Amino acid sequence: MRLAAPLKPTPVRSEQIILFRVSGQLFAVSSASVQEVRSADSLSGGAIEITAPGLRKVRHVLRRGDRSLFIVNGAAHFGLPPSPGVLVFVLRKTRTALLIDGIEKMTAMTRLQALPLSFCHEERQWYRGLTALDQTVVPVVRPEGFLSSEDLALLDAALPPMEILGEEAVEGTELQQ
Amino acid sequence: MTVLAELELQTFVLLRLGERRFAVSSGQIVELVAPSRVFRFPHHTPKIEGVILRRGRIVPVCDVAEPLIGKRLTSRRLYLIATRHYGAQTEWVALPVTGECELINAELMAAGASDEPHVGGWISHAGDVIEVLNLDALTPGPDEIVREAALQETLEAQP
Repeated sequence: MRLAAPLKPTPVRSEQIILFRVSGQLFAVSSASVQEVRSADSLSGGAIEITAPGLRKVRHVLRRGDRSLFIVNGAAHFGLPPSPGVLVFVLRKTRTALLIDGIEKMTAMTRLQALPLSFCHEERQWYRGLTALDQTVVPVVRPEGFLSSEDLALLDAALPPMEILGEEAVEGTELQQ
Repeated sequence: MTVLAELELQTFVLLRLGERRFAVSSGQIVELVAPSRVFRFPHHTPKIEGVILRRGRIVPVCDVAEPLIGKRLTSRRLYLIATRHYGAQTEWVALPVTGECELINAELMAAGASDEPHVGGWISHAGDVIEVLNLDALTPGPDEIVREAALQETLEAQP
């Protein structure tokens, strides 16, 4: 009699994430979505002020080669109490740089649960879903959810002329994918 | 009681919100659990307080007291976890309740045309007439946005 071959345990797929805080609230973002982490101070020289009507969460823009990166204040985006903002995540494949208070830690999630359908407003754009880590539930942000195409159109219209936007000279921390 | 009448009885869970009692069809009830930590994060959906972790699932906590009794609950004893339909999909929602729940058999009377959408029918129990809740209309979901948009259009159309 032949015994059935033992089942190989299925490897659990995990995704590296960065836990970060905005105004005391914990969020997660996929590490693969973060191209660069910089201190807000290091940007003060390269950022240009911008004012788009009705879009208070963006106050500054950065010139990157031939494109502009809009610095989104995380607290204003999520409707949280104002916070100083110490770090900036430059989000890959977007025109968003996210101003946050600090990084909690890097970890891995093994399960991302879709946002329950009861949540039916802007948060469906904000979050990819929720994950449970150490008996805590953390929303996992969607990098594309910080600025809609309408927001980008408003911001582009409010951009100062190209020659005003100077080249940045400050260094950031490039994250490996 | 005749056999016919017995067959028409359905099972309901009676829940208490403040001083009032409401009923939910027992087929929709998953379990009754003690309050646990509510995890809160930013969102814009009214009535949703946050989420709880239950049996490995992340369950939204939906406070339905305000539309039903006109005020938010200040004290709560339990969460009634029920199923909520979103078209073909079904998800759990946790409803905070202020008292013990009771399982009863009663005959369902259909809701009238003038009843609110969240009224799924009526039952008579211990001398009271009790609303049977239609959780699909009472708790938020994607159709709420459609209703809000329609309401907004109506308001804008008014002179």
